[in-house]
Amino acid sequence: MAKLILSMDGLVLKDISVSKERMSIGRKSHNDIQIDNLAISGEHAVIVTLLNDSFLEDLGSTNGTAVNGQSIKRHFLQDGDVIELGKYKLKYVNEAVQQTTPADFEKTVVLRPDMLRQTVAQVESKGFGDTQVGAAALGLGAADAAATPVAPVFAEAAHVAPAQPPMAAIQVLSGSGKTLDLVKSLTTLGKPGVQVAVIARRPQGYFITHVEGAGFPVVNGKTLDAQAHALADHDVIEIAGVKMEFFFKS
Amino acid sequence: MTTLADVLDVATASHTGMVRPHNEDSVYANSDSGVFILADGMGGYNAGEVASDMATSLLGSTLDDLFAVQPAYSDVSGGKYGEVVLVREISATNRSIYNAAQSNPQYAGMGTTLVASVFHDDAVTVAHIGDSRLYRFRNDALEQLTKDHSLLQEQIDGGIITKAQARHSQNKNLVTRALGVDLSVDTEMHTYPVLPGDLYLLCSDGLNDMIEDEEIAMALEALGANLSLCATHLVQMANDNGGRDNVSVILVRVKCVFPAPISALGAAGGAGNGEHGFWQRIWQRLRYWFR
Repeated sequence: MAKLILSMDGLVLKDISVSKERMSIGRKSHNDIQIDNLAISGEHAVIVTLLNDSFLEDLGSTNGTAVNGQSIKRHFLQDGDVIELGKYKLKYVNEAVQQTTPADFEKTVVLRPDMLRQTVAQVESKGFGDTQVGAAALGLGAADAAATPVAPVFAEAAHVAPAQPPMAAIQVLSGSGKTLDLVKSLTTLGKPGVQVAVIARRPQGYFITHVEGAGFPVVNGKTLDAQAHALADHDVIEIAGVKMEFFFKS
Repeated sequence: MTTLADVLDVATASHTGMVRPHNEDSVYANSDSGVFILADGMGGYNAGEVASDMATSLLGSTLDDLFAVQPAYSDVSGGKYGEVVLVREISATNRSIYNAAQSNPQYAGMGTTLVASVFHDDAVTVAHIGDSRLYRFRNDALEQLTKDHSLLQEQIDGGIITKAQARHSQNKNLVTRALGVDLSVDTEMHTYPVLPGDLYLLCSDGLNDMIEDEEIAMALEALGANLSLCATHLVQMANDNGGRDNVSVILVRVKCVFPAPISALGAAGGAGNGEHGFWQRIWQRLRYWFR
């Protein structure tokens, strides 16, 4: 479950868990998160949570709401976002992102249409309105449908960008001596319809594979088969009669 | 006479991915009948595999049998035979999965997404349920022809969230429709004209959640000349990016036009169709020449 850390001037005042589908923020006492300060409007902002996603909306407050230094009207909250209300800061921490173990990742779950209509209609028609459908009830229903009580969690934030291999290039060994940097994940070489090979840039390195044509690529004088072949520094490739050298740029 | 198998080149690939213990995806491809089906199952233990396998094999074999008797392009009341039969048989498959889930405790709650395409008469009819997709790659541009039945898509449509934000949503994988979870199913179906050179991609969300559409387009462009390499490479790209879900693809290349045979269209007009059949033949010729 996501939580908010309320602080002022770097001093942490309170941890608040985002337990309700709709959490209001304001100066008046009926708010879920009350901040008793004159810079805060009576009803200042609201956080609406749909399953694992939370949205922040400013309710036309006098002094406005900012997220990460930018004034917003409506904002899709991401783990680590800092909401600023006057001198107060609310840091949004979505622990679902951190607690997820690989086994829990993205089990597809059916969301029954009746549940969905409620949720979407509510948000659409009331603009983050007053009706409350418990987030817990929603979550339970979804899990029921799939018979596995697995949290439907997916986190791009937790998605570690794949490691990239060092930069490499190929240089034509005859005539022009042209150099081609292998910056794309796929670089095709050769003449379409005659002979084409592709060099794939993968986390593990660079691989050459035959794509089309009667002839297969030749690497260091050896003709390849249909399998991908890992390229090493200073390998000499021959495709459609053109020789070129593969090398890492350091 | 050219058959569909002469017109359509096909390659498939399905992989468990890097994280999941089972592959719950299933694919079915038959270029003789022009039927291509992909399903992404869900449900505990091995129920997801059962559901997706039932969806592809039951629907695939039934459609093959039906189209062997009556071609998909023939006209019937309610539209083309291919379209009418597709929706009808998806409903039947839905009941089969639902009944299996009801009668076997270990399959309770199982379901599957589905994307099924039928090629007939220079067109492709696609039916889908859930978040498995059909893309079309034409003139170096990739276009998504199906719209996911998912919470995320509903949020995008409702203006609650933008497409860019959707990539960061934690509510992925919540489908709003699935095959086999209820007695009836709401199937979305469309028919699109097909051009020679078109490349069609059916995929499970394990592909499009892991790699961006631009990267898919780049792979189709670079490797389209070698479909089986292209299919395995798409899977590899998803796995290189983490492979957090099962990933499956079906690639279908349209090599040339495949209009319904003129004789068949004439005959479909029924008795006393001399005049009518003549104009239909002319029309067919014009369509053929000016495409």
